[in-house]
Amino acid sequence: MADTHFLPQASLDTLFAALTRDGRRILAPVDRDGRTELNPVEHADEVASGCLQTVLSAKEAAFPKVERLLSYTLAPGAVALQDAEPQARPTVLFGLRPCEASGFRALDAVFNWDTRDSFFNARMTALAVIGMSCTRRDEACFCTSVGGGPGATAGSDILLTPVDGGFLAEVLTDKGRAMAALAPEAFRPDPGLEKKVVEVPVAFDPAALTVRLKDLFDNGIWAEQSLRCLGCGACAFVCPTCVCFDLVEEADAKGGRRLRTWDSCGGARFTQHASGHNPRSTQAQRWRQRIYHKFSYYPERYGMLGCVGCGKCTRACPVDMNLQEHLLAAAQA
Amino acid sequence: MSEPNLYLPHLMRIAKITEEAPAVRTFRLEFLDQAAADAFAFRTGQFGLYSAFGEGESTFCIASSPTRKGYIECTFREVGRVTAALADKEVGDVVGFRGPYGNVFPIEEWQGKNLVFIAGGIALPPLRSVIWNCLDLRDRFKDITIVYGARSVADLVYKEELKAWADRPDVNLVVTVDPGGETPDWTGKVGFVPPVLEHLAPSPADTIALVCGPPIMIKLTLPVLARLGFPPEGIFTTLENRMKCGLGKCGRCNTGSSYVCKDGPVYTLEQLNHLPAEY
Repeated sequence: MADTHFLPQASLDTLFAALTRDGRRILAPVDRDGRTELNPVEHADEVASGCLQTVLSAKEAAFPKVERLLSYTLAPGAVALQDAEPQARPTVLFGLRPCEASGFRALDAVFNWDTRDSFFNARMTALAVIGMSCTRRDEACFCTSVGGGPGATAGSDILLTPVDGGFLAEVLTDKGRAMAALAPEAFRPDPGLEKKVVEVPVAFDPAALTVRLKDLFDNGIWAEQSLRCLGCGACAFVCPTCVCFDLVEEADAKGGRRLRTWDSCGGARFTQHASGHNPRSTQAQRWRQRIYHKFSYYPERYGMLGCVGCGKCTRACPVDMNLQEHLLAAAQA
Repeated sequence: MSEPNLYLPHLMRIAKITEEAPAVRTFRLEFLDQAAADAFAFRTGQFGLYSAFGEGESTFCIASSPTRKGYIECTFREVGRVTAALADKEVGDVVGFRGPYGNVFPIEEWQGKNLVFIAGGIALPPLRSVIWNCLDLRDRFKDITIVYGARSVADLVYKEELKAWADRPDVNLVVTVDPGGETPDWTGKVGFVPPVLEHLAPSPADTIALVCGPPIMIKLTLPVLARLGFPPEGIFTTLENRMKCGLGKCGRCNTGSSYVCKDGPVYTLEQLNHLPAEY
């Protein structure tokens, strides 16, 4: 059971100041240059409170676009290798939607299902999440069809739900209790507040979809749905759970470094062998891989979905591919 | 840092380079760090990620046998950026190695059985590891047959070892080159691997078949094995897909839900029959 409290709007600054004093960076949705993304804040009035969703996801806090894994210096006949310490600055993600907060679990599944990824884990250890329940939604949202919800607590250390004059604060984890303990004066006793969130209708049953996919691999819908796909990878770039990565080299004659960067299964060269042979040579095969990875292979391998229903891919797609519609079509195929 | 960096390679010194065929080389690699060498162990079928520092990593099988201690060997063709950089290396140069990764050929389950190795072109290296592993434990297996084909005499790899296998009374070696690939003094067979295998007609009784080659060779060889009576669970192969991590994380080597880097690279035909052909 979570401890529930009332957090007055006016006390947010008290909480922010305490977190900052504790040496933590606070990242929150901020309006800047015409769009809303996570940026460092110190005061509550910097937070874009009207924002439903940032375009980019919060995954970068644990899985940066580019991360150095090692570096080296080169001399004739010799290599000196330097390990890279994981960069892990204590960070609080404030105002994450429940869908996004739950996305870190899907990243964790891949990074740690077998061997443990020290880079991801160092950042996750230093990360705390103050989530924000949804009091509105848009057409791209489908969290309730993939096991989440507009007031779901999974992934949040503290979950705030807007109420008159402030927030109902559910303190959910040890990390949440540690943050609340930094600013006890900010929290008031819960007078019996109602947790009121938006209603997101369930569009499909994910378990039934997973079963249905077992028979759809050779179905024509993947070619049909992907006809307009550009293979641009925007969907993977904004996705809170897309975890596929590339390892690239940045080097000159004296030395270099090996970097991990985001990648996308939608790109034609993602699986291309050096010989030119490509096991997924068509966009239809790559689109099918995207759907199967999230809705068939994830459940099979990790017992969870690789999708949180945030709708970021649908909003970001330059050719208006709607994930929810395509999943619905698959479920009914 | 409490957890080790999974992506940090071992530094390896190139102890020996063998020119196998046009643009094909074998490196013998020794660990620079003795503690790493002592801690290292692998089993036949496994692979690694080899670094050309400055260019990146490339995936090759470990082509040597785990019975040969103190070094590993890899055989590669110069095709892309990393293999081109590796091809420029000389004896004494340092490269990187991460591994061993992946599953293994279950040779301990094959005790007392006959083994038929069928390989084409540059795909002999993964089977060469198993062949030497089994030859170094020769009394555990019955008949050992090797059918190896390449486009031309020049394209045959491990030429010295082919001679050594040909000279062994306990190995039945059949080497063939594609029609037109023979030289005037060629004494081996001329013909593609599938018909040569069909003519040889090894008995499937108590026999394991290992097949590795270019996709077209595998595609035409499997029906031959089926006609000869080999069951799908008695036919083994090893897949290669593009990989970055080798750790089941980077997300590109999967064929269906199976990660070639973790669940493979070794598969039976029975297993492949239940997977989509994304390789």
